[in-house]
Amino acid sequence: MADLTTNFIGITSPNPFWLASAPPTDKEYNVRRAFEAGWGGVVWKTLGEAGPPVVNVNGPRYGAIYGADRRLLGLNNIELITDRSLEVNLEEMTRVKRDWPDRALIASLMVPVNEDSWRDILRRVEDTGCDGVELNFGCPHGMSERGMGSAVGQVPEYVGQVAHWCKKHSSLPVIVKLTPNITDIRKPAQAAKDGGADAVSLINTINSITSVDLDLFSPEPTIDGQGAHGGYCGPAVKPIALNMVAEIARDPATRGMPISGIGGVTTWRDAAEFLALGAGNVQVCTAAMTYGFKVVQEMISGLSQYMDDKGFASVDELVGRAVPNVVNWQDLNLNYVAKARINQDECIKCGRCYAACEDTSHQAIAMSEDRVFTVKDEECVACNLCVNVCPVEGCITMEPMAAGAVDPRTGEVVREDYANWTTHPNNPGKCAAE
Amino acid sequence: MSDRMLDPGIAAGRLEPEQLSGNFSDLHPPLDDHEALVAADRCYFCHDAPCITACPTSIDIPLFIRQIATGTPEAAAETIFEQNILGGMCARVCPTETLCEEACVREAAEGKPVLIGQLQRYATDTVMAQGVHPFTRAAPTGRQVAVVGAGPAGLACAHRLSMHGHDVTLYDGRAKPGGLNEFGIAAYKSTDSFAAREVDWLMQIGGITLETGKRLGRELSLAELREGFDAVFLGIGLGGVNALDLAGEDREGMRDAVDFIADLRQAEDLAGLPIGRDVVVIGGGMTAVDAAVQARLLGALNVSLVYRRGRERMNASRYEQDLAAAKGVRIITNATPIAVHGNGAVREVEFEYTDDALTPTGQRFRLAADQVFKAIGQTLEGPDLPELDGRKIAISGAGRTSLPGVWAGGDCSAGGDDLTVTAVAEGRDAAEDIHASLGAQA
Repeated sequence: MADLTTNFIGITSPNPFWLASAPPTDKEYNVRRAFEAGWGGVVWKTLGEAGPPVVNVNGPRYGAIYGADRRLLGLNNIELITDRSLEVNLEEMTRVKRDWPDRALIASLMVPVNEDSWRDILRRVEDTGCDGVELNFGCPHGMSERGMGSAVGQVPEYVGQVAHWCKKHSSLPVIVKLTPNITDIRKPAQAAKDGGADAVSLINTINSITSVDLDLFSPEPTIDGQGAHGGYCGPAVKPIALNMVAEIARDPATRGMPISGIGGVTTWRDAAEFLALGAGNVQVCTAAMTYGFKVVQEMISGLSQYMDDKGFASVDELVGRAVPNVVNWQDLNLNYVAKARINQDECIKCGRCYAACEDTSHQAIAMSEDRVFTVKDEECVACNLCVNVCPVEGCITMEPMAAGAVDPRTGEVVREDYANWTTHPNNPGKCAAE
Repeated sequence: MSDRMLDPGIAAGRLEPEQLSGNFSDLHPPLDDHEALVAADRCYFCHDAPCITACPTSIDIPLFIRQIATGTPEAAAETIFEQNILGGMCARVCPTETLCEEACVREAAEGKPVLIGQLQRYATDTVMAQGVHPFTRAAPTGRQVAVVGAGPAGLACAHRLSMHGHDVTLYDGRAKPGGLNEFGIAAYKSTDSFAAREVDWLMQIGGITLETGKRLGRELSLAELREGFDAVFLGIGLGGVNALDLAGEDREGMRDAVDFIADLRQAEDLAGLPIGRDVVVIGGGMTAVDAAVQARLLGALNVSLVYRRGRERMNASRYEQDLAAAKGVRIITNATPIAVHGNGAVREVEFEYTDDALTPTGQRFRLAADQVFKAIGQTLEGPDLPELDGRKIAISGAGRTSLPGVWAGGDCSAGGDDLTVTAVAEGRDAAEDIHASLGAQA
């Protein structure tokens, strides 16, 4: 079994699966159960300033999007930072860290944007023995109205400033948690790096209204007939998160900066994808909230098996492996030609590929009287829609054409060499091929 | 096992009332809301879906299932009823395993089709429970159509004609409408007087006058009907029963299976219904299975279903055969009855084994029998009918008979399987043809 021990900015944990700062990590009771279940680390739910804690709504905090059989695909929340006192949280963190020294314990923090506030809380947090801090610049609801959370994360200058204060007043590793509610994720990441942060974590939740009650005409979750936007997370946001992680991993200004990947990690496979795109570990919330802490055991066994299969001795060998293959569109090889192939032995004759292609794509699938579906190579542009809508995995595949063959669609010979848009004759701004 | 199951002869009350009510409860309990959503989610919404092609009434199954999945079972029901006004009964009695569900691509993929029949019942039950009838009549045309037979074909025909604004007089020879929905079919497929409730619901369309106790050839003559109405539809089913033509066929205890089933369907108290200890059913169709299974459910100790050909030739579907076996019916194939023995009442039936070409093998056996149900097919009865094709009314196109102005459909007409759903399709299509022809005359 592969060794999943992870060293993330100097913080070791027995595996790369951390629980994100969120309801599952709000108190000692939950965190102990999480560690007993096998989680490698925990980012304790965000601490605020000393004094009276924030209050939460007393109605529903969550809304959800479902797939088949009420499989939860997306979760939205309007919960604020911890609503328990700072002192209680710090005491509990101290006890937990003492009893679980091999697990990562990170304090998530959110206080107003002034140096004194950050200095004060950092001092108190350091006394718990925790391994690092994560600056919550992501929370998109409630706290942002008070000038914190995503209100900070959306202004790169503030991000850099606070990161700088934290490094100045604490020896703890600093992770900056980024909000996805911004046009270009690379800007706050770069600001965090420039401010001296050790790492970024992303994504926090996405501004969202999950649904509308069509009787009350109120957004869900509904509080006394009204609703506010919340933060969206869960499997549905993974593609957005993967892209943002990759953007930071491959941007020259931030390349190499440690990333803690967050956003819809539900299975070991999701985690491996984040790692391959440059994340040094992952943080999980919705999967635990949906299925309980035990899910980590599948993540651990699955990632181990995958690493064994691949011959990876450590998580580091997987981290970033896919980053060089993330390119801009203009760099894609236009000489690569593929065609859809339908495996007739696997086909169950539902005809979804035909309907999709005939109605919405390139009319490249033929349907016979007896429901045999075949690809018309002379029309197929290899768009992949048939693969995506086919209910049988592996029934339709995209097969590359061999160099030298003639593409029946274009009548042109498939070339072996690589050529992209930058040198294409149709590109008005093309540069001469070298 | 209750003590009374061992009592010889034909006796009532072999089982306690609680056992009987359990035995005759819904074969497939209705899906609840969550089960329906889970089942509906499995539909792939196929293009030009094979299930639609396999349905004799061509219900748009993927559409109605999607309507269920999106929380609008009422819209789903309308999709069903547009094609099949008896969609509620068909959801209960259709041999879906040889129709829509056999064609379902998930049957091909996994051997587990989408539960189309049960989803159809979910949708139709929802609307019928609301008492809503989703169709309204067109403006009256003043045309009069006689529909003879208030079974599935006649009801479907009458409803469609009424929707088009024609006035329909619906005749039936029995005291109650419904035909085989009411008097045939196993009781556990149509519980809580569903057949009668469905007719009441269907009649909400208006414009249909029901006249019971009117039989063609007795109270009604086809000539007079043709005289008095603009068109006539015959959905008279098969009133006669084939005989075994055996010595001893008139012994006490020998009965037609259809009569037994009709008595059972109409019984107020199943505990009062007598049944033999040793029951033999002769035949291999749905009627034979319905009789055999219900004999067991009434408390018969030994029930044998004997069919003269091989199992694969039985008209009862594999599913029905397995149901019978699961209920404790012994299925014997390749055996032809050759004599009924007894002294006044039947005591034994003697059979001879045959090969698949029905050639006798000379090997014989006897089965003890207090009661024998004959289920070897029904025949068309009645005088002055239109021309026949074989033993049924010859039709061309959408139920046109040899007589101008006379249409036919359902079991009495040639072509098509003798299924409720086929009868509905034929009645509906004949109504559309009648409507078109009446319009052409105007």
